[in-house]
Amino acid sequence: MTRQFLRHGWTAGLLAILALLFVFTKIIQPDFGTSGLDSLSRAMLPFAFATAAMAVVVIAGGIDLSVASMMAVAGVTAAVLMDGAGDGMTAVAVVIVLLVGLTMGAINGALIVITRVPDIVVTLAMLYVWEGVALLILNGPGGSATPWLRELIVGPFIVPWLPRSLVFLAVCLVAVWVPLKRSKLGLSIYAIGSNDLAAYRSGVSVGRTRIAAYAVCGLFAAIGGLTLTMSTGNGEPIPGPYLMASVAAVVLGGVVLGGGKGALLGPIIAVIILRLVRMDLTLLSVDPNVTTIVEGTIMVVVVMFGGVLAYRGRHK
Amino acid sequence: MTDQQAQTPLLDAKGVSKRFGAVVALEDASLTISAGQIVALMGANGAGKSTFVKILTGALKPDTGHVRIRGTERRVGSPAEARRSGLVPVYQEPSLIPDLSIADNLRLGDTPVADFQHWVHELGIDGLHLDDMISALPLATLRILDLARALAVKPDVLLLDEMTAALPTDLVEKVLDTVRKQADAGQSVIYISHRFSEIAEICDRATVLRDGATVGDLPITPGVEEKVVELMLGAVLDKDPTRTSTAAHCPEGMPRVTVRNLAAGTKLQDVSLDLYRGEVLGVVALEGQGQDQLFDVLAGMDSPTAGTIALDGKTVSFNHPADAIAAGLSFVPGDRADGLLMERSVHENIALPQLARFAKWGAIGMKKEAATVKKAIDRLQIDTRAQGEVQRLSGGNQQKVTIGRWIAAGVDTLLLFDPTRGIDVRTKRQIYLLVRELAEQGAAVLYYTSELAEVPAACDRAVVIFNGKVVDVIEAADADEQTLMRAAYGLTASAAVSA
Amino acid sequence: MTSETTMFKSVGRFIGNNPLVPLLILLLVLVGVLEFMRPGIVNERWIGNTIKFAIPLAMLAACQTLTMLTGGIDLSAAVAATISAFVMATQVPIVGVPLAICIGLIPAIMIGMVNGFGVAVCRVHPLIMTLGTGLIATGCLQVYQRFVIASGSVIPDGLAWLGTGRTWGLPNALILFVPIAILIIWAQRRTGFGRLLYALGSNETASRISGVRSWQVFLALYMLSGLIAGVTGLLYVGLIKAPSLSLVNPLLLPSVAAAVIGGTSIFGGRGGYSGTILGALILTVLGTLLTLLQMPEGLRRILFGLIILTVTTTYIRLTEQSR
Repeated sequence: MTRQFLRHGWTAGLLAILALLFVFTKIIQPDFGTSGLDSLSRAMLPFAFATAAMAVVVIAGGIDLSVASMMAVAGVTAAVLMDGAGDGMTAVAVVIVLLVGLTMGAINGALIVITRVPDIVVTLAMLYVWEGVALLILNGPGGSATPWLRELIVGPFIVPWLPRSLVFLAVCLVAVWVPLKRSKLGLSIYAIGSNDLAAYRSGVSVGRTRIAAYAVCGLFAAIGGLTLTMSTGNGEPIPGPYLMASVAAVVLGGVVLGGGKGALLGPIIAVIILRLVRMDLTLLSVDPNVTTIVEGTIMVVVVMFGGVLAYRGRHK
Repeated sequence: MTDQQAQTPLLDAKGVSKRFGAVVALEDASLTISAGQIVALMGANGAGKSTFVKILTGALKPDTGHVRIRGTERRVGSPAEARRSGLVPVYQEPSLIPDLSIADNLRLGDTPVADFQHWVHELGIDGLHLDDMISALPLATLRILDLARALAVKPDVLLLDEMTAALPTDLVEKVLDTVRKQADAGQSVIYISHRFSEIAEICDRATVLRDGATVGDLPITPGVEEKVVELMLGAVLDKDPTRTSTAAHCPEGMPRVTVRNLAAGTKLQDVSLDLYRGEVLGVVALEGQGQDQLFDVLAGMDSPTAGTIALDGKTVSFNHPADAIAAGLSFVPGDRADGLLMERSVHENIALPQLARFAKWGAIGMKKEAATVKKAIDRLQIDTRAQGEVQRLSGGNQQKVTIGRWIAAGVDTLLLFDPTRGIDVRTKRQIYLLVRELAEQGAAVLYYTSELAEVPAACDRAVVIFNGKVVDVIEAADADEQTLMRAAYGLTASAAVSA
Repeated sequence: MTSETTMFKSVGRFIGNNPLVPLLILLLVLVGVLEFMRPGIVNERWIGNTIKFAIPLAMLAACQTLTMLTGGIDLSAAVAATISAFVMATQVPIVGVPLAICIGLIPAIMIGMVNGFGVAVCRVHPLIMTLGTGLIATGCLQVYQRFVIASGSVIPDGLAWLGTGRTWGLPNALILFVPIAILIIWAQRRTGFGRLLYALGSNETASRISGVRSWQVFLALYMLSGLIAGVTGLLYVGLIKAPSLSLVNPLLLPSVAAAVIGGTSIFGGRGGYSGTILGALILTVLGTLLTLLQMPEGLRRILFGLIILTVTTTYIRLTEQSR
């Protein structure tokens, strides 16, 4: 019970911080409104999907260092397929990109299971492989994105204050995560992260579940890559700074490294908080670089605090 | 035809053997169960029980021999497959996922919820919500949930491994009742337990393992305990006592270690004892009576919640094992995996304590170190053919390394926690001899062993701990195994308390 | 048991006992392939160049090796190196060379100290801790840059000499590297500190029982790692001759790869620096080889990744077999 409270307590705390930050933003920038929200939300998209991707594998007790590279592959694939494509072709392209993501993730997972090399090492090697694949597809920024697809994440949705990009994010996450979490596969992902021996004894196929978790990670990374192409209008084969940022947000969001705990909501809120902090500091005309310091400090202090708490708990 | 079927045993394991590298875990194990029977699988520690269980449940493949369920050969496979074949185990440690709710755990294993709830109720647990997180539940409840989950899939053969170990008495009764009813309904049970009283109460037969082989299969009749004990012990030690004299060592002067009213964790309640120089003080206890915490506290691994420890009359408290070591207390943990650097060499393992202090971070005097290490290796007769990595050594030699590390540094007070667990007879004798020798040279030794037969062989006196409290102090030399066995199984406990 | 598996086993045991031999063979094979593809390329000049570029990688990989021996990792090493280089180069016009070098090393050691504190006292996973300090340090560096932008930067001649110069065909960087390498290899086996790294990586509980106060070791280790990273940065800026805000960052993941290829287990307790040096050389030669193949950049990276994976898989399989 207490643990359940703690888990929700963590998310609630993050929400409270987020609310405070919005109030703070409004104070320092009274005309912060729909357009500010829109650009914030759009800038956040790739980070949010990278974080979701990372969160799934961390919950399963792993880690994936190749998230940003997979995003790059998905981004350039989308840009190349959509270059000059019609509406129907665009839909096909999106499906292909998602399949590519699933496949890349599944390959990562399968390699970890088959080679029995530590996940960090495998995904480190795969980081280069996917990076290379992205460069093979597109040697420099290029391709294009179909206009109607781009418009999915620009402007408001129904009501003026609700950015489309935020709706897009919510729809994508809910469409993948909710059915997954309800399914036996979702349970198995939590189970292998929590205690893989107990999971095995409960009849979970640990290897297959791990591959599936990495495949879902690849899927989220692919959507993230797609949003990159959607927002910039072309494909960029060089991976962005999403690896470190996603690990930071996952940890901040209450997903414990080692697995079994946490969900997607916390990390996503953490992403918004980190983006908002960055924007506020810009608004305060603080050197944008200070933001990086603040982000890093928040993350380090939170994990150090959490580490001390966990250590105390173990030794009580 | 039906007659024929009744004749086919439900489960039939024959001539099962298994080796891990150089270590022979099982040599010739067999087990047969017919429908409606409860068979106790018994064996001292290291007899190969856990390997046998793994083979029966399909987690390991036997090197030779076969396991048949209803006449079909058992193949190695996942626990899910094992379940389909009709053999469902309940393991010693709960196999529920800590971070999921009860309902989710049931869903994970495809357990019928209604049946599960029926069994939970039957087993006497109430007030449980299916939304409760596993990690928030007490251990005893988890064991019951594990059992209920197994019963809910209606297994042909139920395997219970130390099912009652962590349970309070009323739950034990319920469990035994339920298990008996299962058998009466025609299902079979393999029952693994240290508790004779339970075995006598519900089991039909006992299959006894010793040194990896089935050495006996007897029906449970009144008085069969003696016979089982004899089979388990193998009677090697009786004929060959290692003690040089039968006269008990007379404690005199100031005790080296004085423990008063020590309590720690949930299990160690109230232990007082005196350990003198020149003696080996045995600790006799069933598994989980608080002896683990006693040793942890003395070694500085854990802090006590109450009570005092004094060394040579001076009260001490330890924040870190380094403090205990500085005070002269050296600890050999029960699980060798906790004590050894498995990937490192014998040499590095033995030299480790001497490098621990900050002052020793600099260059190592290699010659001096080599000499010290060699001294320890020689004294303990460690087989150094595979010294490159400790994990390649046999269990006995590994244990010698954990002890040798303190011999090399010079022993003052030695805390040995079950040092002979799972090692061969020859090495065991070497360890008794070493312990006696150390005591004769003036060391104080606290010696917990799960093998009771060792107490008269190695110890001078022995304290009996039951339920976290010292219930008796025995002169070890006079105690025969039956007395010790009864003491450890709490049979004399009530007598001692009332006396 | 078939004879094939027995042979596999004995090969594994051989490698377990002589972990450097297969790496050396791999290195020679790579050089051989190179010479076969482009006869005459393997000459004194090429060897000098290869060593010159392998040295900074090997030094940064020392941070990974030492921390990995305890089951950790230092992802802030590249940032620490970059900071040292950048701060030093920008301080030279202000305070002069010797003082600038000292000032440059201070932030690197401080990063290590924070890492050590987090890992040792707060028990934060090293991956997270060093990732976080890396982020913070990057931000600090960018802020710092704005303050010194006017003063410009100077690479001291000494460092340029060390980074790019040659003596008798061999790169001068060896003057710095050889003593450091010898010191590390000696220290990991022959000092109490080195042994404790293996001990903690192999089994922290066993080390505790033996009286090791792990926090002391971790704190010292991560500070040492910071210092090595700082020195690497100084050397590397002498080689590249242009301080930038992401100077050493491209070497971070290769440094982990070098340690892993060199046989150091990411879980701790196994490996050593000599393997890492070979790992760094292998990666450098591999880089040349892939460039020479005139493959597209993308294919080169794919091969690079696959080779890291193949080498580590083979290695783990072989050593597992020998157990």
